[in-house]
Amino acid sequence: MDAYVHLVAWIVVIPLIGFLFNGVAGLFFESWRSRKFLIGAIATGSVFIPFLIAVYLFSLLQGESQSATITLFTWIEAGAFSADVAYRLDQLSLLMVLVVTGVGALIHFYSMGYMADDEGYWKFFSFMNLFIFAMLNLVLADNMLLLFLGWEGVGLCSYLLIGFWYTDMSKSDAAKKAFLYNRVGDFAFLVALFMIFQTIGSLRFDDILNGTQFFSSEQVFLIGILILIGATGKSAQIPLFVWLPDAMAGPTPVSALIHAATMVTSGVYLISRLSPFYMISTELMLCVAIVGGFTAFIAATIALAKYDIKAVLAYSTVSQLGFMFLALGSGAYVAAIFHLVTHAFFKACLFLGSGSVIHAMHHVEHKLHDAGKKIHFDPQDMRFMGGLKAYLPDTYKTFLLATIAIAGIPPLAGFFSKDEILVMTFNAGMGEYGAIYIGLWVMALISSFMTAFYMFRLTLGIFHGKFRLPEKIREATGSERFLHESPLTMTAVLWVLGVLAVIGGFIGIPNFVVASFTGTADVNLLSNWLDHVTLDADLLLGKEVEWMLLFGSVVVALAGVFTAFHLYGESELETPDARLAKRFGAIYQVWIDKYNLDEIYEGVIVRPVVRFSDHVLAVFDNKFIDGFVNTIASVVRFMGSVTRYFQTGLVQSYAFGIVLGVIVILSMLLFR
Amino acid sequence: MELLLNIVIYLPLFGALLLLFIRQDDWARWISLMVTTVTFLFSLQLLFQFDLSSTTAQYLTVGEPFLGDWDVKYMVGLDGLSMMLFMLTTFMAPIVVLSSWRAVTTHVAGFYSMLLILQTGSLGVFAALDLFMFYIFFELTQIPMFFLIGIWGGENRIYATLKFFIYTLVGWLIMLVALLYVGYAAGNVMNDGVFTTDWRLLTDRQFQLGLVEQTWLFLAFGFAFCIKIPIFPFHSWLPLAHTEAPTAGSVVLAAIALKMGTYAVLRFLIPLFPNAALAFAPLFAVLAVIGIVYGALVAMVQKDVKKLVAYSSISHLGFVVLGMFAFNTMAAQGALIQMVNHGLSTGALFIIVGMIYERRHTRLISDFGGIARMMPVLTVMFMIATLASIGLPGLNGFVGEFLILVGSFNSDVLGTQWYAVIAAIGVILAAGYMLWMFQRVMFGPITHEENKKLVDINTREIALLVPIMLLIVWIGIRPVHFTQYSEVGVENMLEDTRARAAIIAQNATHETLPNWAVRLYEVPLKVALNIEEQNKED
Repeated sequence: MDAYVHLVAWIVVIPLIGFLFNGVAGLFFESWRSRKFLIGAIATGSVFIPFLIAVYLFSLLQGESQSATITLFTWIEAGAFSADVAYRLDQLSLLMVLVVTGVGALIHFYSMGYMADDEGYWKFFSFMNLFIFAMLNLVLADNMLLLFLGWEGVGLCSYLLIGFWYTDMSKSDAAKKAFLYNRVGDFAFLVALFMIFQTIGSLRFDDILNGTQFFSSEQVFLIGILILIGATGKSAQIPLFVWLPDAMAGPTPVSALIHAATMVTSGVYLISRLSPFYMISTELMLCVAIVGGFTAFIAATIALAKYDIKAVLAYSTVSQLGFMFLALGSGAYVAAIFHLVTHAFFKACLFLGSGSVIHAMHHVEHKLHDAGKKIHFDPQDMRFMGGLKAYLPDTYKTFLLATIAIAGIPPLAGFFSKDEILVMTFNAGMGEYGAIYIGLWVMALISSFMTAFYMFRLTLGIFHGKFRLPEKIREATGSERFLHESPLTMTAVLWVLGVLAVIGGFIGIPNFVVASFTGTADVNLLSNWLDHVTLDADLLLGKEVEWMLLFGSVVVALAGVFTAFHLYGESELETPDARLAKRFGAIYQVWIDKYNLDEIYEGVIVRPVVRFSDHVLAVFDNKFIDGFVNTIASVVRFMGSVTRYFQTGLVQSYAFGIVLGVIVILSMLLFR
Repeated sequence: MELLLNIVIYLPLFGALLLLFIRQDDWARWISLMVTTVTFLFSLQLLFQFDLSSTTAQYLTVGEPFLGDWDVKYMVGLDGLSMMLFMLTTFMAPIVVLSSWRAVTTHVAGFYSMLLILQTGSLGVFAALDLFMFYIFFELTQIPMFFLIGIWGGENRIYATLKFFIYTLVGWLIMLVALLYVGYAAGNVMNDGVFTTDWRLLTDRQFQLGLVEQTWLFLAFGFAFCIKIPIFPFHSWLPLAHTEAPTAGSVVLAAIALKMGTYAVLRFLIPLFPNAALAFAPLFAVLAVIGIVYGALVAMVQKDVKKLVAYSSISHLGFVVLGMFAFNTMAAQGALIQMVNHGLSTGALFIIVGMIYERRHTRLISDFGGIARMMPVLTVMFMIATLASIGLPGLNGFVGEFLILVGSFNSDVLGTQWYAVIAAIGVILAAGYMLWMFQRVMFGPITHEENKKLVDINTREIALLVPIMLLIVWIGIRPVHFTQYSEVGVENMLEDTRARAAIIAQNATHETLPNWAVRLYEVPLKVALNIEEQNKED
């Protein structure tokens, strides 16, 4: 393995070169900016070549049980502290590299069509390559500090790309919000790094995982919680998830790549990487599970009430990430990674599909403008859609495949991964804090019902029934003739991802399914692949229970699909939603209002801090701190203004003073 | 090489003298640029020849006593503590000259001669190894700065420059008294009763100041340095001076002048009064942490970009002070590299604000908005400087902040991790106020007609920013290339300080101390003794 590990350096460096090339050339040479095909090709190639290298390494890594490390140079060194720029190649990091570069290359390719008309084309692709570079650092890092470089680096790229259309203030607001919420998590992450270093004097993963005995149980818990808080920022979990829905302000390929398939899964990756550490403390695991279970549930409820198609997908992402955290907290690291991979396929497909839809709706708006009709509508609002399947057949088919996959219907990808999470959560219910895990399992079941429901509501709302724009806006009558399918470069990517969403699940077929027919089985490729890296909880359940749970989750998913068809099958959106609103009353309003979390954070933390700084600290600084200095100065000046009368420069007054003094002294001598 | 060091220090002064005979403005500009560039190139030679493993001062020049009967000598040299700051000064000088190329149009020759005198003074401050010479060089920097703000500054320049000058002077006069005391005390013990401020004698283990003496002297020196750095709550001159100073003045003030205070702490305050430094470390840490959070919060609500950057400086310097008083190599190395980092990133920010000011003649955040569209190249530079300032890993600011935080988290002297944890909140706040400012200035729609006529920065402006940007990235990725110069020096200084603190503390156990001193030195004494024992065991 060591003979090939240097290839890892190329995986990381090539996207960096792509970023620098497109960035510098685009910034300083305006003629380069119009060479769009070249720019896109270079950027896509800079991700695709690392993917090929990763595939090659994948073929070499079969059956290898040791990890390999390549140290490029010492990064930071001072006194007792030292951290290298070093990359670690093992099954987990390679799997992540495959997902990042594979899905990444597809989305780059898709963007060549999607962004074709944008004047910031060069900028877009250089940021995307920078993102891939940072993300690869994150997943390949051999120590926590380099991981942190990737961690903040992807945050930066997320910031730059959410605010890509920076002339719109609300978009740059969303970008800033994403960065700041992530910074809150990063603060916790940093403190965790300090604690780890204080205990073992190193931040290398090897040293941490081989040195778990040096941590006291309080330290394990505290460090684990701090890293979890860091992960809730990056992976959009309770309480820091509110930035992710706003992050949809970025171009749709960004949402697909960064805010669905890769960056937001960093937290899942990190905790899996540290699984032997997390497994020490059952309380810690419970916290992770609770965060995940509640996030999955709450985000799903919000998704029920959204009309913005990207917002539905955004909350769906938060919810699915919650499932992954639930898996982590249940000791099911393989299941978490499994869901991470399948989710990358189907969610990227869904986002890119929604991009294709938005593209089409934008086109309609443009054409209407060209026809002299000054009408504006939100091209992401599904109330204006409906019936698009006739006009965007490829988008529809792939979108439907991905929807079935995420809904958890066998044998598509999402079914296997989500089922495994449910099984493992139930399994954790057999151990310590079992009752809570069972409760989380029930919540997860309800969440997966809701997932199936809101995803089919989305698909039906966009593609089924008839085109609603002409109904809503009379002037848009006949506008369906402007609807058209996206170019082949985009639909081809949709098909690749759609197919992956169908077959992706077969890398993790549960052993018991096959074993029920053949006696014993060892077919779970993913579990075997990650065998040496993650430390999973033992499976305590019998085959019969597993079968029951499997049927249970299928029934729940189908029930969700059925309910969605029942309510929205008639090509209507708002009437059934009103019925739901009536049925659920105030709770439904809470879902629409996103639990008011934004308002709470804004009102309880952000605004008071700003107001306090503005009205108290700034005034204090001016009036008291500076005022104190000025007071001293004026006291000195006052004393000077008094004593100046003794220094008039007039000889007569001095003489008068002398005479006066002589008289006083003489009289004192005379009359004592 | 000793000669070269002196040439580097005095070449700018020579240039200033030359400018006396220059009448044409353009000549003055080109001569200043030549002089500062040559100075920088010469100083590179000092960097390349620097012996990384040596703990003593290199390129040492020792002159004859020149102040009557006193043993006050001209004495300059460079060691690990000063090398990087010396280089920062020579590096920034041509950039500062270029940045004022078009901004200064009145008394051009006078302006540049002030800058050049200021450079000689600054280089002298960092190279001086006699306490008295340090003082003289320091005053040599104050006078040109006084005129730079007072003549070429903004509307309120006279008030600002007087406040800056007098405030600093008050502190340094108090220090002068303490300095004389130290000089006589050292003379009595080390130099046959002859007043001396020779650096080698002051830090000799034979020279031991009693605990009570140390307390007063430390406070007097510390007061002066607190004002110069500035540490909360002695900072109120800084935002004012920064706002009123011309761009070049702000840059020199931020990049070089503020470093004199922090450098003096590392060079004099801690080594001269080791026990007092250990005893007062928590106090300084508290002030530093307050400064970090306070500076950030006040920066957040500023309406003037320059003031915002000025308050952010208070926050950043809080990190430096925290690092210095953590008393371990990690944190002190972090503090040193953070001084350089702050010089680069804040220097760049002031230059960029100056560039925008030259075009729009306003610094109010509300007068901007959306100008990223008009100035793409400037936007990239501004973004890099901003990200460096908020400590993004991969850029320079992170290296310093991280080392300071991890070092103070592990500090045996500070005793608690809370300083580092609260200071780390500054990392969140920094992102808040910098990105908010950046957004309001650069992003959004263009709301003011005037901003639609803005032209992007020209070749000269790109040329002066690019070297800073390259260094920001270089330090961020390969900080070892820079920290290696100070590693041995810092380690040696800290070890020596602790060792001397232990010796003095041990001797002090035989003295009768006033009650307050017993209480004050109880804990640091234990720390110092513990360390000594550990060293023996090793």
